[in-house]
Amino acid sequence: MSAKINQGNVILEARDLVKQYTQRSGRFGLGHVKIKALDHVSVALKKGSTLAVVGESGSGKSTLARCLLQLHPFDSGEVLFKGKSLSNLDGKELRKIRKDLQMVFQDPFASLNPRMRVGEIVREGLLVHGVGSQETQLQAVHEILARVGLSADDAKKYPHQFSGGQRQRIGIARALVLKPEVIICDEPVSALDVSVQAQILLLLKELQKEMQLSYVFITHDLRVVRHIADEMVVMYKGKIVERGAVDAIYQSPQQVYTQDLLKAIPGQK
Amino acid sequence: MAEILSVGHLNVSLKKDTSRFLVRDVSFKLSAGKTTCIVGESGSGKSLTALTIMGLLSNQLIASGDVVFDGRDLMALDDKAMQQIRGSKIGMIFQEPMTSLNPVLTVGFQIGEPLTAHLGLKGLALKLRVESLLAQVGIPEGRANSYPDELSGGQRQRVMVAMSIACEPALLIADEPTTALDVTVQAQILTLLDALKSRMQMAMLFITHDFGVVSDIADDVIVMFRGEIVEAGPKKQVLEKPTHPYTKALLACVPDIQGKKTLKPIDYAWLDDDEVPV
Repeated sequence: MSAKINQGNVILEARDLVKQYTQRSGRFGLGHVKIKALDHVSVALKKGSTLAVVGESGSGKSTLARCLLQLHPFDSGEVLFKGKSLSNLDGKELRKIRKDLQMVFQDPFASLNPRMRVGEIVREGLLVHGVGSQETQLQAVHEILARVGLSADDAKKYPHQFSGGQRQRIGIARALVLKPEVIICDEPVSALDVSVQAQILLLLKELQKEMQLSYVFITHDLRVVRHIADEMVVMYKGKIVERGAVDAIYQSPQQVYTQDLLKAIPGQK
Repeated sequence: MAEILSVGHLNVSLKKDTSRFLVRDVSFKLSAGKTTCIVGESGSGKSLTALTIMGLLSNQLIASGDVVFDGRDLMALDDKAMQQIRGSKIGMIFQEPMTSLNPVLTVGFQIGEPLTAHLGLKGLALKLRVESLLAQVGIPEGRANSYPDELSGGQRQRVMVAMSIACEPALLIADEPTTALDVTVQAQILTLLDALKSRMQMAMLFITHDFGVVSDIADDVIVMFRGEIVEAGPKKQVLEKPTHPYTKALLACVPDIQGKKTLKPIDYAWLDDDEVPV
C-alpha cells in the first residue's frame, strides 16, 4: 500500500511505521525469532470520523494503537498529530499533546487502579496536566461522570463496586475529562455482554457528535465495525492488506483475506 | 429421536443462603444428533447449569432437581461413579484451551489419558487411536509429541475437541468453546464440531453468548436470564419470532453485519417492572 494520503482534514496520521519485536522461541526460550509487528504501516484519521483497525490476534493492531500514542517506541516512520511530528518531541512537549490524544482500554477490570476512588481516577488527568483549580476540576469530573451515565455518588466508590459496563464508562470518562480531540479505543467492547456492548457503542457515537471526537477503533469484531466506523483498514501479519470506506469494503472486499474474514463472521448461514 | 439427557426442575443455590437461587427451575431435554444452545448474558446461570449436569459444582453451592442421563439419575451418583461417566459418556470442552491443557505433558499423552482410564487402551493400540483422533480434528501428523505451548490457539482447541470425543461420548458439553478464538478459527472449530456431532450422533449442549454462533449451529435454543429459562424452542422460532420481551430486547442489541439495524440497549428497569413472566 502506498503512503499517499489526502491531507485535507486529517488529524492524526502514521507514516510508514515499522516495529520489530524479538521473541524467544523453542524449548526453554533458547531461540530468538524476529517478528514484524508493523511492516510499513500508514494510516490517516480524519477529524470527526472513526477509523477502524481490524485484524486477528497477532496482526499488529494493538501495537499500532500504542505506537500512535507514542507509548511504544518504533523502529522507523513517524506519527503526525495535526501535521506536527511527535517523534522529535521531548517528554514535556509530548505530555502536553497527550492531553488531546487519549486512550480507552480493552479490559475494564485491569485498566482502573483498584485503590483509587472513581473520582480520583477521572480527575488524575486534570491534575497531571494542571487544568483549572480544584473547584473547576471537581466540577468537570462530576459533569463528565453524569454525561457517561454515572452519578455524583459514584465518584466516591472504588472500581470493584462497578459492573464491567460501568467500569468501561469510567474509562471513557477518564479519557474525556481532558476534552481530547482523538481517542484511541483498543477493543473497548470486546469484554462486554452484547446488551452492554450496545450501550457503550451508542454512548461513544453520541459523544463523538457532541464533542467532535475522532476515534481510532481497534477491534476484531467485524459486526461492531459496521456499526461504528466510517473507514477501515484490515491488518494481517503486520501489514495493511486493505483500506477504504466501511460500506465499500463490506459490499465488495478486494483482498482474499478480507473476504475470508467477512465470510467467517458467524450468523450468516 | 432418542432422548439422551433430561433435566428437570434444576435449582442451584448458595449453601450459605438457600433462598438465593442462581439457577431456578430449569428443565430441558437433549436428543441424539441435535445441538442445543444455551444463550444468555454473564451471570444468567448458563455455565452453572452445565457444571451441575457434569457434577462439577463448587462445594459452596447446592443443587436440587433431576438430571437423567441415559436412564441414570446423575444427581444420585457418588463421585466415583460420576468420574466413570465424565470423559467417557459425557465429553466436555471449555473456553480457554490453554488453561484446560497441562503445559508439561504432550498433547498425545493428554488425549490418551481418557482412553487409558475408561477403555484400558495401551501401547500400540493407544498410539494408533490417538493418531486417528488427531487426524479427525485436523491436526497434522506428528504433532502428538508437541506440547500445548507449541500449538496455536485453534490447534489447542482442536486438541481439546479430540480429548472430549476420545471415548465417543453420547453427550458433548461445550462451554463457550470458541469465545477466545479469532473469527476464522472459530468458523473452523464450529464446522468441526458440527461434523463430529452428525457423524457420531452425539447430543451437543453448546453454551454461548454469541447469537451469530447460535444461528450457525443450533437446532434448538434456550434463552436464560437471571437463572431462569425465559424462552426455549427451535432455532428459527426463537431467533425470528421471539415471544418473550427479554429475548426480543437481547436480539435488538446484536449488531448485524449489514449495519442497517439501530442498536437498542436493554431497558432493565422496564424488565424489572414487568416482573418477567416465565
